[in-house]
Amino acid sequence: MLRKKLAVLFAAAMVAATVAGCGGGDTPAAAPAETAPAADTAAPAEPAPKEEAAAPAETAPAEEAAADNAAAGGTISVGYAQVGHESDWRTANTQNYQNTFTAENGYELQLVDCDNDNAAQLEAVRNFIGQELDYIVIAPIETAGWDTVLQEAKDAGIPVIIADREIDADASMYDAWVGTNTKNEGVTAGNWLAEYLDGKEANILVIEGTVGASAALGRSEGFNEVAASHSEWKILDSQSGDFTQAGGQEVMESFIKSYEGQFNVVVCQNDNEAYGAMDAMDAAGITYGVDGDVILISFDATHDGLQYTLDGKINCNVECNPIQADVVASVIQAMNSGSAFEATTLVNDEAFVAPGITSQYATTMTEEILAGRAY
Amino acid sequence: MGKLKDITKKRLFLPIFSMILVILINVVYDIASGNPPFSFFSITIRPITGGSSVLFGRLIDILNRGSEVAILAIGMTLVVSSSAGTDISVGSVMSLSGGLCCMLLAGYGVTNVSEYASPLWVGLLAGVGIACVCGLFNGFLVAYLNIQPMVATLILWSAGRAIGLLLCNSQIVYVRVPSFQIFGSYVGIIPTPIIIAAVCILIASLVLRFTALGTFIQGVGINKKAARISGFNSSKIILLTYVICGLCAGIAGLVATSRIYSADTNNIGLNMELDAILAVALGGNSLGGGKFNLAGSIIGAYTIQSVTTTLYALGVSSAQAPVFKAIVVILIVVIQAEPVKEYFKKMSAKKLAAKEARS
Repeated sequence: MLRKKLAVLFAAAMVAATVAGCGGGDTPAAAPAETAPAADTAAPAEPAPKEEAAAPAETAPAEEAAADNAAAGGTISVGYAQVGHESDWRTANTQNYQNTFTAENGYELQLVDCDNDNAAQLEAVRNFIGQELDYIVIAPIETAGWDTVLQEAKDAGIPVIIADREIDADASMYDAWVGTNTKNEGVTAGNWLAEYLDGKEANILVIEGTVGASAALGRSEGFNEVAASHSEWKILDSQSGDFTQAGGQEVMESFIKSYEGQFNVVVCQNDNEAYGAMDAMDAAGITYGVDGDVILISFDATHDGLQYTLDGKINCNVECNPIQADVVASVIQAMNSGSAFEATTLVNDEAFVAPGITSQYATTMTEEILAGRAY
Repeated sequence: MGKLKDITKKRLFLPIFSMILVILINVVYDIASGNPPFSFFSITIRPITGGSSVLFGRLIDILNRGSEVAILAIGMTLVVSSSAGTDISVGSVMSLSGGLCCMLLAGYGVTNVSEYASPLWVGLLAGVGIACVCGLFNGFLVAYLNIQPMVATLILWSAGRAIGLLLCNSQIVYVRVPSFQIFGSYVGIIPTPIIIAAVCILIASLVLRFTALGTFIQGVGINKKAARISGFNSSKIILLTYVICGLCAGIAGLVATSRIYSADTNNIGLNMELDAILAVALGGNSLGGGKFNLAGSIIGAYTIQSVTTTLYALGVSSAQAPVFKAIVVILIVVIQAEPVKEYFKKMSAKKLAAKEARS
């Protein structure tokens, strides 16, 4: 009995979604534009409260969602073409989607792990289109080459949300974008350093990420922007450590020889490089962290990285937030109910500082924060 | 005897000359930037965090960071000589060996331990063992099935790393135990990788000097059929060189893993097969097989590391570094090319003739 009812509701939802999708497809600019004035005024502030609301009380919006679905009828089927599982970060991201788009919350999630294979990902998206899912979420492996498949999705009337990374396609080809901004992360690191140094001189060494990687470019750009506005700061050197611990070790080893006694800040563009830099400084008898001579800044805020932050070895660790599913879900809910949604939503990145430091840009690390981390 | 010495001197002259040239760049740079001219060569002993003291200096860095490629170069030289082909799976096998070792030491699915799940020797032996098995597999394909070396080793080039990832559950497995870290850190004041590389080189050169293995390998490389007819088991010798190459990859993999006390299977040994092949070429060896010069390859390996260290020292940005590296490699290879050598010979002969004519 219940099952029959659900089936009917589900069918109704499908029709509704398709119609909604077509509507969006026919007038690509109209839907977001209509709602734009209202949304735009609140734009800078909005993503933050939205996420805060979603994060601690995960069930609250979900219940609402379920209620909405009941009104519209049935479950919402969502296909997520995930990049792969190459890091702890990615695993956390996957789990976050699995825990958010659950049957209890009124979703049916199809998650495809594409193992960093671009062709497999295109195939996965085509498969979603073939199955006529209600929504497609893509975390693109490569930035280019999406036009054809996005057009197919559009023709099928399925809304597409690009998550996490950016793509080289016209914004009209997809419906929404949700992700983090690596440039902001760099700016946060810079702002924190300025606050911490409080006008004191900084001689900075940067261990960059892989040459050309978007995270490396963004973090450099953001940090350099802040550095440029401080005449008392000097970036002594900047070399790539390839986002690896071995790379961080080797680059830092060389930096120590070139700039012995001249530097007081080391910026590593991910945690692994920071571990390598710490190894190299240990091997040269240089102290770092809260009680040391060198201020160490890192990015990613993985579990191990935050452990080092808690231990006072890393002064400041800027997060790249993998917890994005709630925001994606709220966008899907808005689309589903036909209400206003943001074409681009930035997921809030936090920064964490070692105990003993307080900052307006970052949260001071505690045991509780570390224990409560999703990854 | 004197003649033989002259010949080895000549063969090693150019590789050594190239390396000195690379290091001289630093002297010029130091003078130009107002530093003491030989600061690149300064080696000091300084305390590390935790109390003990270690050697410290750029030359130590070159020897230390160049260890993995030097170890790989031993195996690669033998493989090139015997089979006139390269083993492109070594980087991948390094990752596999490190992955298996850390997986055994930490236990499957565990990513961070400070106590061994199984004894250290089990992990090390398994790591080296699996690398030898990989070598055996490559060698079998090349020696007994006559598959082109590059094609045969292409299989493990792609599969080795993937298996390593599977073993580590696609995560970086940390083994934070001091006795595991020792292979990448220090014994006394000397970095352990330097010692391991030195021991490997010593054993290889002793074996090649005091047994006929070197002659066998060269014989097979020069003409496989002729070698077989004259009584060598060509296939067995080729198989053996691939196993040795696998063994070297295994040792290098464990050194690289121990350095970062973790199995970063995605990155360990990445593109290192190319460095190893380049080391063989820079050492003045023909990639066409036959005669080989192990010392040349080793010098080649450290030359590559000298270039890397020099680029760091000069502060060349990472985006441009590959271009400079390419220029240096081109120069070294051109200096050693036969026609260029011939040209210089002719020039000096002419000068000699002119001198004689004058007198």
